[in-house]
Amino acid sequence: MDKLLQILSELHPDIDFETQDKLIDGMILDSFDIVTLISEISEVFDVTISAEHIIPDNFNSARALYALIQQLEDEE
Amino acid sequence: MLFTSYEFIGFTAILLFVYYLIPQKYQWMLLLLFSYIFYYMADPAYLIYILTTTITIYFTACLIEKNADRQSAFLKQHKETLLRDEKKAYKDGQKRIRRRTAGLCILLNIGILAAVKYTNFLIGNVNGMLQAFGQEKQLSFVSLVLPMGISFYTFQAIGYLVDVYRGTVRAEKNPLKFALFVSFFPQLVQGPISRFGDLSKSLYEKHSFDSKAVCFGLQRILWGFFKKLVIADRILTGVTTIISDIDTYNGVYAFVGMVFYTLELYADFSGGIDITIGIAEALGITVQENFNRPYFSKSLKEYWRRWHISMCSWFRDYIFYPVSASKAMQKFSKFARKHWGDSIGKRLPVYAATFIVWFATGIWHGANWNFIVWGLANWCVLMISEELEPAYMQFHNRFHLDKKPAYKLFQTARTFLLVCCLNMFDCYSSVAETFRAFGTMFTAGNWGVLREGALLNLGLSMLDYGILVFGVIVLLAVSLVQRSGSVREKIGRKPYPIRVCLWFGMFLLIILLGAYGVGYDSSQFIYNRF
Amino acid sequence: MNKGEIIFKTGITLVIVVGVLYLLQRLLVPKYVDGIVEGAFVAEYYQEKNKEFDVVFIGDCEVYENFSLVTLWEEYGINSYIRGSAEQYIWQSYYMLEDTLNYDTPQVVVFNVQSLQFNESQSEAYNRMTLEGMKWSSAKVKSILASMKEDEKFLDYVFPILRYHTRWSELTADDFKYMFSGKKVTHNGYYMRVDVKPAENVPVGRMLSDYSFGDNAWKYLDKMVELCEQKGITLILIKAPSLYPYWYDEWDAQIKDYAEEKELLYINFLQLIDEIGIDYNTDTYDAGLHMNLSGAEKLSVYLGRILSEELNVPDRRNEDDISRIWEQKIIDYESEIEVQYEYYGINKE
Repeated sequence: MDKLLQILSELHPDIDFETQDKLIDGMILDSFDIVTLISEISEVFDVTISAEHIIPDNFNSARALYALIQQLEDEE
Repeated sequence: MLFTSYEFIGFTAILLFVYYLIPQKYQWMLLLLFSYIFYYMADPAYLIYILTTTITIYFTACLIEKNADRQSAFLKQHKETLLRDEKKAYKDGQKRIRRRTAGLCILLNIGILAAVKYTNFLIGNVNGMLQAFGQEKQLSFVSLVLPMGISFYTFQAIGYLVDVYRGTVRAEKNPLKFALFVSFFPQLVQGPISRFGDLSKSLYEKHSFDSKAVCFGLQRILWGFFKKLVIADRILTGVTTIISDIDTYNGVYAFVGMVFYTLELYADFSGGIDITIGIAEALGITVQENFNRPYFSKSLKEYWRRWHISMCSWFRDYIFYPVSASKAMQKFSKFARKHWGDSIGKRLPVYAATFIVWFATGIWHGANWNFIVWGLANWCVLMISEELEPAYMQFHNRFHLDKKPAYKLFQTARTFLLVCCLNMFDCYSSVAETFRAFGTMFTAGNWGVLREGALLNLGLSMLDYGILVFGVIVLLAVSLVQRSGSVREKIGRKPYPIRVCLWFGMFLLIILLGAYGVGYDSSQFIYNRF
Repeated sequence: MNKGEIIFKTGITLVIVVGVLYLLQRLLVPKYVDGIVEGAFVAEYYQEKNKEFDVVFIGDCEVYENFSLVTLWEEYGINSYIRGSAEQYIWQSYYMLEDTLNYDTPQVVVFNVQSLQFNESQSEAYNRMTLEGMKWSSAKVKSILASMKEDEKFLDYVFPILRYHTRWSELTADDFKYMFSGKKVTHNGYYMRVDVKPAENVPVGRMLSDYSFGDNAWKYLDKMVELCEQKGITLILIKAPSLYPYWYDEWDAQIKDYAEEKELLYINFLQLIDEIGIDYNTDTYDAGLHMNLSGAEKLSVYLGRILSEELNVPDRRNEDDISRIWEQKIIDYESEIEVQYEYYGINKE
């Protein structure tokens, strides 16, 4: 989780990702950020987030995103 | 049937009338019937194309879902007995089957679209190359009908198939209902490209007559007519004059032309969408918004979130994400990180995927190099501003200009001008002409002619300009009011006589100021072409 | 709010909306009281209190500028009317006849054949001038449908505001003054001009590749003959003595043959110029296209003799009701002659 938070805060240093839960709906993350995130996550966690996982529910908060990563790690 | 023709108004009026008279369970069937009549009246030959797309996508979606259901049933049944690896292997196998089925179907439909739209473009380019290599031989062009709205309904249907594949929506079991989703006539010719998950919620439902919804729908239609007839079709004369003769209308004219075209494009396209959404609203159906006051954007990136929203989000969800998140792209990114450093490796997927998206967006708009260059020019500007982002941040941190209203206004004006320049690619007939016209803006030095009444040489009279200025002011005022909520709701809260006067006044304005009838060519909506 | 209130409110709104639209439409349609007055001709017919005419002329400028009906009355006691309008196409003439027959059946119908040269409508403006003045009837509907050019819309005839919506920027005081009633511009359909412009250098008709009249034009002439036969009306075909537009011998021959075949009287005034005494130096106001008052009176004397002597059209000068109507018409006629003499600065000889 810490690794993820670090990636996120590199993208947007001004956001508190631990509490923020409207990253997509609040238009904090745009499509470029998401793609950068996927690429970073793939690098750090060695999991592939494919297009079908890119839905607001998975990206609205750091916790949700972490849950997705864990689920994918589980499946690998 | 153009949206602004008497036939279409009559057609819609009859539909609305019958729609609320018949038993509610038949309403969606009536819509299907009318949609097919609408399409049939345009050209019976078109039906083959839309039926092919409807049938292939319908069956493929059903197949895919059946496979997915079978997979979960199988896994559930053998939950205890299967090993983890066996499960994964089975799942991957099934997924591959689904992916191949969907891919084949998408390929077929894109193939049809490409064949009717791009064959001649391709032949033209091959001929050009043959000529360049000194070959006398030339391929002859083929005559193919371009079915009305094929770019829109093909994308809408493919989006549905991908959604079913991804499991975000359930496949529609009733083929007629699905046929309605593909052919729903108000959005058939120029979008928006709806998502099945959004549209299906209200499309098949029973709708009882709701006077407020019908009134709001009609009001929205009226507003669309205002934009189209009072602004777009009037300014059209000026645009056509300017782009038809670059040598006469150079320099300042080219500048005026590009601003006019940008205004026309918005009034025309968003006016058409207002009519679409208004009709749907009167029928009790919610169609997603396609514009969000795009010319108020402060950057090109923001503009593309607010202009033609349904198309942009389609490209984002069905091309940008899949490409950038694909295994190949991730591998490429890792490779880049290793060899060229983290910073480049991180950005590469975004750059490559957006390049593909903008190429596709360009060519989707038309089989012409204009549009491709237009798409790529947009990509360039977006990428450059992405690269400059840190510099901007530093600048703002230092001077704190970005909170000042004047600076915001500057940003808006800058973005508008940028959009104007980019749009030049799709209003002139070739890339070379666009550059030539653009160049004259700086070289012709004829800004002085403005004082000599140059604007009156464009086929527009003082009166036309008066009407245009009035129309644009109304448009601007409505957009400004809209920022704090629905204008119709606000008017709806006013006393009855004021409400009636406002809407009847709008109706009269369209009747009196509209550019229609004798002396005005009934002009196609610009986006019908795509 | 109860149901009654809603209905009341909606009703009032509807009345106001329709009323405003109606007023606007009346304001915006051209009034044809000044300059181009030809558009007002057709509607004037309906103002006539007594429509029992013995002779009705149907056609274009070749009838409405060339026959003075006051002369016909004064010389022969013939009670007649001209239902003509500018470039009235033959299908429009046919339906104009149908329309006229809705009010009364005349003994004789005079039709000028120049319009056979057109097989389809040539101009939306002329369509408008002929069709708009007609009262709504099946004849009007059929006439519109037969006349519309490709880019015209029927609805634009039903709601002329859709056609004239841009006229708000050109409105004049006349548009308000004549919003509901026009000004009389003809004398029983005769459009009077007293000025003179001698005919000089009349252009010779250029060669045509095909001199035969079109099928559509023939069709409506057939229909007209048939309708007249059915109603017991004597149909006369005429060709006015206009030097221009050119009347080809080949055209004349076709009409002659046709008249013979159908046993119709066909009078080509171009061949009777000396007999009638037309002088193209004094009898035309536009260099040979149309007759002026002097020419029209001469033609009327000649045609009147045929109508009364050969076709026995009755002399109604001894009938009080009709005489009284004509008395007023003659006063109007004379006074317009005075006005026009003054306007064109001509000394009465």
